[in-house]
Amino acid sequence: MKKIVLTMLVLTFALMTACSQASKPASPSSSPNPSPSGGASASPTAKPEGELPKVAFVYIGVPGDGGWTFEHDKGRQMVEETFGIEATVVENVPEGPDAERVFEELAQDHDLIFGTSFGYMDPMYNVAQKYPDVKFMHATGYKTLPNLATYQGKGYQPGYLSGLAAGMLTKNGKIGYVGAFPIPEVIYTINAFTLAAQSVNPDVEVSVVWSNTWFDPATERQAAISLLDQGVDVLANYQDSPAGIQAAQERGVWGMGNDSDMNRFAPETYVTNPVLNWGPYYVDVVQSVIDGTWETHSFYGGFKEGMVEIAPFGKNVPQEVKDAVEAKKAEIQAETFDVFAGPIYDQSGAEKVAEGAALSQEDILVMNYFVKGIKGTIPQ
Amino acid sequence: MDFFVNLVIAAISSGTPLLFAVLGGILSERSGVVFLGAEGTMLIGAVVSCLAFVHTGSLTLAIAAAVGAAGAFGLAHAFLSVTLRANQIVCGLALTLFGTGLSAYLGKPVAGQALAVSMPRVKLPWLEPIPFVGPILANLDILVWLSFSLVIALYLYMYKTSWGLHLRAVGDNPATSDAMGLSVDRIRYVHVIAGSMLMGLAGAYLILVYSPNWMEGMTSGRGWIAIALIILAGWNPLYALGGAYLFGGLDALGFRLQLMEIGIPSYFLKMLPYIVTILVLMAAGWRGRNKPSIEPKALGVPYVREQRF
Repeated sequence: MKKIVLTMLVLTFALMTACSQASKPASPSSSPNPSPSGGASASPTAKPEGELPKVAFVYIGVPGDGGWTFEHDKGRQMVEETFGIEATVVENVPEGPDAERVFEELAQDHDLIFGTSFGYMDPMYNVAQKYPDVKFMHATGYKTLPNLATYQGKGYQPGYLSGLAAGMLTKNGKIGYVGAFPIPEVIYTINAFTLAAQSVNPDVEVSVVWSNTWFDPATERQAAISLLDQGVDVLANYQDSPAGIQAAQERGVWGMGNDSDMNRFAPETYVTNPVLNWGPYYVDVVQSVIDGTWETHSFYGGFKEGMVEIAPFGKNVPQEVKDAVEAKKAEIQAETFDVFAGPIYDQSGAEKVAEGAALSQEDILVMNYFVKGIKGTIPQ
Repeated sequence: MDFFVNLVIAAISSGTPLLFAVLGGILSERSGVVFLGAEGTMLIGAVVSCLAFVHTGSLTLAIAAAVGAAGAFGLAHAFLSVTLRANQIVCGLALTLFGTGLSAYLGKPVAGQALAVSMPRVKLPWLEPIPFVGPILANLDILVWLSFSLVIALYLYMYKTSWGLHLRAVGDNPATSDAMGLSVDRIRYVHVIAGSMLMGLAGAYLILVYSPNWMEGMTSGRGWIAIALIILAGWNPLYALGGAYLFGGLDALGFRLQLMEIGIPSYFLKMLPYIVTILVLMAAGWRGRNKPSIEPKALGVPYVREQRF
C-alpha cells in the first residue's frame, strides 16, 4: 500500500515539476489570441487597410526583470495599443535548442516574430530559412536573410551622457564600473562613458570589474562592493539587476544602472542611465508589414531615431549636471557631436582614432580595447 | 589593513546566507536524511519573505513567513523520505525543481519591485578601537549575530546535550537507536523541518538584506554550494562557519584581484571559490583517508524496523 502511495506521490511531484518547467516557455503570458485579426479587438485609433499581422515576441527573461525584457515588453504594449492587436508573448526562453523549437512553433501561425536576445541568432537564422513567408526581427544580432532583419540601439550615445554626469558628480575622480561581459556592446559603452567623464574632468579614473553575469544580484552586489571599498564616489553598472545601485546607495555613493529607469531602487543617490526605447521602432516595423513595404535591414537607432534615451534624473542630481547632459544630448541628436570622434587613445597610449577622424559604425561594433584612463583589463 | 577588513566584511555578508543553509543541511543530514532541496527551499523562503514584507511591511513577519514556508517544504521532504521511505536524492531534486517553479510563479506580482527594507544593525562602538576585529564586528546586522549564535548553539546542542547525542545516533545507526527506545522517525522529522527552516532563513537574508528585490532564480546556485559546504564542514557547525566565509571571501576576493590588475583573467578569478572548495575537499579527504569516515553512516538510507541492509 505504501509503495503505491509513494509512487503516486513521486509521480505527482514529477508532474508538477514538469509543468512548472515546461509551461513557462510554452504558454504565452498574455493570453494567446486565436484570431488577432478578427477585428473584435480592433483599435479605435488606427484602422489600417490591410489585414492585421499576427505578431509574436520571444523574451530571454521576464518583463518583471525591470531591465532589458521590461523595455521590450513596453514596446510590445505600444504595438498592441497602436494597432489594437494582441501579440503572443513567450517568456524565459533559453538560448539554444529550446529557442529553435519556440520559434518554429510560432512561425506556423504568425506573420512577424521578434526575438530579443543575442543568442537567438542561430535559432532564428535556421527557422527563418524554413519559413520564408514569416518576417523575423532579431535584436542585437548580425546575421540577416531576406526575411530576417536585425536591430540594435546605439547604447554608447546615452552611455556617453551618463559618463558626462559621472564626470561632473565625482569629487575624488574615482569612478567604478561593473561590466557585464567583455563583449563589444559593453566595451564601447564603457569607453563612451569614460571619454565623456574625461571631457569634463581630465584626471578621472574609471575602474572596471567584470561580473561575468547579466543577472545574478548577489554576485553583482559583491562586484559593486569591491569597487565601493576602493573609494569610488560614482558607481555605474551594466547588468539588468539593480543590486549595484542598491549597494551604492547604502554608502551614499551616486549610482547608475542600465536599460531601464531605476530610480525606485535608490531614490536618494540615483543619477540616470541609458534606456532603450523599442516601442516607436516596433510600431514602424508592424506598420511596414501591414503596408507590405517591409524589407530586410540592419537598423542602428540612436537619439535621432528615438531608440535610445536616458532615464529621468534622480531627485538629488544638481541642476547644472542636468543642463550639461541635456545640452550634449541635443548635440548628439542633431548629429553635430560624435561620441567616438578622435583623438582616442587606448590604455597603452597608442592612438586608435586620429584627430579629426571618427569611428565608423562597423568599427564601433567590434571595439575590443579600453580607452586611456580606464583601470581594468579585457580578458582575451 | 583596510583591504583585509573590507574583505572580511564582504566575506561575512556574502557568506551569511550560505551559513544558514549549511547549518540547516547539517541538522537534516546528521539525522540521516540527505536534503538536496536547498536551492528550492531558499527560493521559496526568499519569495515568501518578499511577499510578506510587501503586504505587511513587517520584518519579523517577513522572516517568520520565510521560516514557516520553508518548514512546510521540510515537512514534505520528511513525509516523503521518512514516512514513505522514498529515495532521498530524488525527493530533494524534486523539491528544488518544484521550489524554483513555484517561487517564480508566486513572485510574478512583486518581480522587479524594490523593497524599502533595512535590517537593524547591532552597533557596538566600544569595539571600534580594537584593531582588525573591532571595525568588523562593530556594525553587523542582527541576522549575522543570529547566525553566529546559531553556530555555537548548534555545536553545543549536537555535542554537549543528550538530544544531540540522540540526533547523531539516529544518523549513524538508526536500528540501535530504535532498540534504545528512541523514535527514529520523530527525530528525523524534527531535524529535517528545523533544517529546512534555516534554509528558508537563508532565503530571507538574501532578499531582506543582500539584494532587496525579488528576481526569479535569485539564489543562482547558492543552494548547491551550501550542499557542497556541508561535506566540506564535515557535518560540524563550527567548520560550517569557516566554510561559508571561505567561500564568501573568495567570491569577494576575485573582484578585488581584478582591480589590482595582476593579469589573471576574470573568468579564472570567478572559478576561484569553486577551485579552492574542491582543493580543500581533496586535502581533507587525503588527511582523513586512514581514519573512519565522518559522514553520518546511515545518511541517505531510509530506516525500516527489523530490516537488514
